[in-house]
Amino acid sequence: MAQPILEMRSITKEFPGVKALTDVNLTVHPLEIHAICGENGAGKSTLMKVLSGVHPHGSYTGTITFEGQEVAFRDIRHSEAAGIVIIHQELALIPELSIAENIFLGNENARRGVINWDSTNRRAIELLARVGLRENPLTPVKHLGIGKQQLVEIAKALSRDVKLLILDEPTAALNDDDAQHLLGLLKELQAKGITSIMISHKLNEIEQVADRITILRDGRTIETLDVTQGDVDEDRIIRGMVGRDLEHRFPDHTPQIGEVLFEVEGWTVMHPHDHDRTVIDRADLHVRRGEIVGIAGLMGAGRTELARSIFGRSFGSRIEGVLRLEGQPLTLKSVADAIGAGLAYVSEDRKSLGLNLLDDIKTSISAAKLDKLVDGLTVDENREVLVAETYRRDLGIKAPSVAAGVAKLSGGNQQKVVLSKWMFTDPKVLILDEPTRGIDVGAKFEIYGIIQQLADQGRGVIVISSELPELLGLCDRIYTLAEGRITHEFSREDASQEALMRHMTSHTR
Amino acid sequence: MTTLRRMLGSNVRQYGMVLALAAIVLFFQFQTDGVLLRPLNVSNLLTQNSYILILAIGMVMVIISRHIDLSVGSVAAFVGAMAAIMMTKWDLPWFVAVVLCLALGALIGAWHGFWVAYVGIPAFIVTLASMLIFRGLTLTVLNGETVANLPSQFEGMGNGFLPEIGPDTGLHNLTMLIGVAMSLFVVWVELRRRRSATRYNFEVAPLPLFIARVALEVVVIMYFVYVLAQYRGLPVVAVILFALVGLYTFLMSRTVIGRQIYAVGGNVDAATMSGVRTRRIDFLVLTNMGMLAALAGMVFAARLTAANPKAGVNFELDAIAAAFIGGAAVTGGVGTVVGAIIGGFVMGVLNNGMSLLGVGIDWQQTIKGLVLLAAVAFDVYNKRRARVGGGAGAEKDDATAPPPPELDEQLAELPDSLVTTTGEASSTS
Repeated sequence: MAQPILEMRSITKEFPGVKALTDVNLTVHPLEIHAICGENGAGKSTLMKVLSGVHPHGSYTGTITFEGQEVAFRDIRHSEAAGIVIIHQELALIPELSIAENIFLGNENARRGVINWDSTNRRAIELLARVGLRENPLTPVKHLGIGKQQLVEIAKALSRDVKLLILDEPTAALNDDDAQHLLGLLKELQAKGITSIMISHKLNEIEQVADRITILRDGRTIETLDVTQGDVDEDRIIRGMVGRDLEHRFPDHTPQIGEVLFEVEGWTVMHPHDHDRTVIDRADLHVRRGEIVGIAGLMGAGRTELARSIFGRSFGSRIEGVLRLEGQPLTLKSVADAIGAGLAYVSEDRKSLGLNLLDDIKTSISAAKLDKLVDGLTVDENREVLVAETYRRDLGIKAPSVAAGVAKLSGGNQQKVVLSKWMFTDPKVLILDEPTRGIDVGAKFEIYGIIQQLADQGRGVIVISSELPELLGLCDRIYTLAEGRITHEFSREDASQEALMRHMTSHTR
Repeated sequence: MTTLRRMLGSNVRQYGMVLALAAIVLFFQFQTDGVLLRPLNVSNLLTQNSYILILAIGMVMVIISRHIDLSVGSVAAFVGAMAAIMMTKWDLPWFVAVVLCLALGALIGAWHGFWVAYVGIPAFIVTLASMLIFRGLTLTVLNGETVANLPSQFEGMGNGFLPEIGPDTGLHNLTMLIGVAMSLFVVWVELRRRRSATRYNFEVAPLPLFIARVALEVVVIMYFVYVLAQYRGLPVVAVILFALVGLYTFLMSRTVIGRQIYAVGGNVDAATMSGVRTRRIDFLVLTNMGMLAALAGMVFAARLTAANPKAGVNFELDAIAAAFIGGAAVTGGVGTVVGAIIGGFVMGVLNNGMSLLGVGIDWQQTIKGLVLLAAVAFDVYNKRRARVGGGAGAEKDDATAPPPPELDEQLAELPDSLVTTTGEASSTS
């Protein structure tokens, strides 16, 4: 094989008190798609930050050789100049600017500071064609869906003569169609001479596109697998990531299902700004005591909209329909009403809707039901600590203490904090929107266990997920949602990925 | 030592500001040959800055809830003018006028709250408009003139002192008594907190350290009242101010509404989804600011013994500066009432000290501007350093830290624990 395009040798990176990377090695060959796998906190992102100069030369030990030359990047601009571009999980586009402006931001087609818009737009059209995005380059980015925004990011990278493209969780927020398009694009770019590194938790995607896979665990390189040599499947990757066989990706569970607990009837919701646009159309569903019910739908089908409109009308306008809890009709005018009635909603977007990142663990956990801790006029802070400690212990939240800030926790631990917060409200019905998004395999297993326990305590649980295997493994019953309508109801036995997908894409109108 | 560092660690910014204030005080005390801390001057320091400090309390709350209020100077002038008119032209008793004016201030604040919370116009714009509106209305109601001859009881709010009681001891007796009472209160609060923490088996500071801290607090309080007692005792406005600081500190740190104000400032969407009525919080915070602006306006008029159309100019800037020097964050969610008061004193002592040294007003402005910038820059620098230590996996090193052993018993007794045993579930794999 040819000389590697990138070689990272013995990279060790320490933060005060923590060794994030220990003696990590990574070799990437030209024109391959190289996947990096590992649990959250395994050091994947830190390694990429070392590579792209976010952690500048001198703040780590070890050597980086790029295209045969040893390099010492000072910052991101420096690494970009060398042809290494990183696309982060959180997209770095400016919503108000056009596609073309975003692509050439910081790299404008200008002479003496004056921008040539004609050449900018012409080059933008060429780049959009390369990534297969048919949009007017003058369209503001805010009008694009997240999948298309991802493509704009890649077009931006291509505009900078990228040689090595790094994608951090590129498909985490995409639906299956967009994800497939993106993976196809990676393959095309590979054929056109671009090497990629891809960090992902979605093992089926890695298996599909990656040529080689490097597995990190606890800040160390565990192994590099060659997919082209065969014999690499999801179980093999998982074994490397967690250091043990995960025979069952779901905890064993025998459901104890009781009477009907929560019913939604004829639920119709209009768009919050466009009052004539139907977002949810006459949805009927119910949950029994002790039951885990799944809602499967593609992005844009109205899953989150359905959940949030039920949860105290926190989404939508002109909402019609009936909610019944334990047979009694419910009128919920606000989120506070919904919490008071015994509903809980765990948002798909932990960082912007689930947590105040300035808070510590204990204040985050008590935030939705502070009344329970009130003693006279004041919040009983000692009891707050005790409550938080209970959850820290029971849910296995990894943190030095409950006074630790939530911003520094890993995704899985943040999600456990959010779950604790809603468990503390002692809800009768929990709606979990993408409860394992961006969470590593080991933590997912624990979260599944928590969900099952919540059901076993006699609560009703609704799980919304775009990962069909997750719904199939976890749920006792699954509804499919397409274009705002419930299109089918599956029992556990009848459900399969193919059948679900058929009803998720069926056009009823 | 680690305990000490941990206890200090969470409050580095606050301690930093206290130390900075102490350093500034010592510097001027030395430079002015002891004039700064003379009884008369300390008394003046308090009364001169009282209205800015009152504003700073409300302002830090507004800033914590991620807004700003530019109108407080104009509102203070307007309400001060209305108070003077009520008392001199309408012949209302002074206490009726005070109550009406506080209500008027709250009403003005509610007007801001309506536009900001329910219509959704940024507070910057709404209060900028009010800054103009109420400056204009002040000129209108006063006809551009100064209104004097205010009742003496009202003037006492700005420049009066607590009455003297008991025999002549050379010190102001009531002031010393209040000092003793405050010291006892501080000791009681500290003991109660420590006992409560001990009952829950939480880690507390070692006893000698605890005693040293409480003793230091008592010494500071007693020295402070001793200095004031050598002159004419506690100014009335200082009593008002201390009561407000105590009340609002309690409100912000110990009550549900305080928590909700921090929650709204930290992440308004997450607060909404946790059931916080965020609009109501915004509304209340701005209403409260209006009321405190009214109080500040009356204190200022009382101190000047007149209502003046030019009163309150630039008050908003001093109050905002105090909040930021005291550690509030522009993005909201961060800040404390005590911090804002300390920030206000930093500005006040700088003003006073430089005046005593004969530094011209031109240089005073420049130096205060630089201090504001330096304080916030220091804060940003500290935050950035703290962030470098973070990053994925940063929590790792402590992940193995065992929970305190005593806790288990406590936890077992918790009545409403929703104990799930996921530990078992994951161990079966």
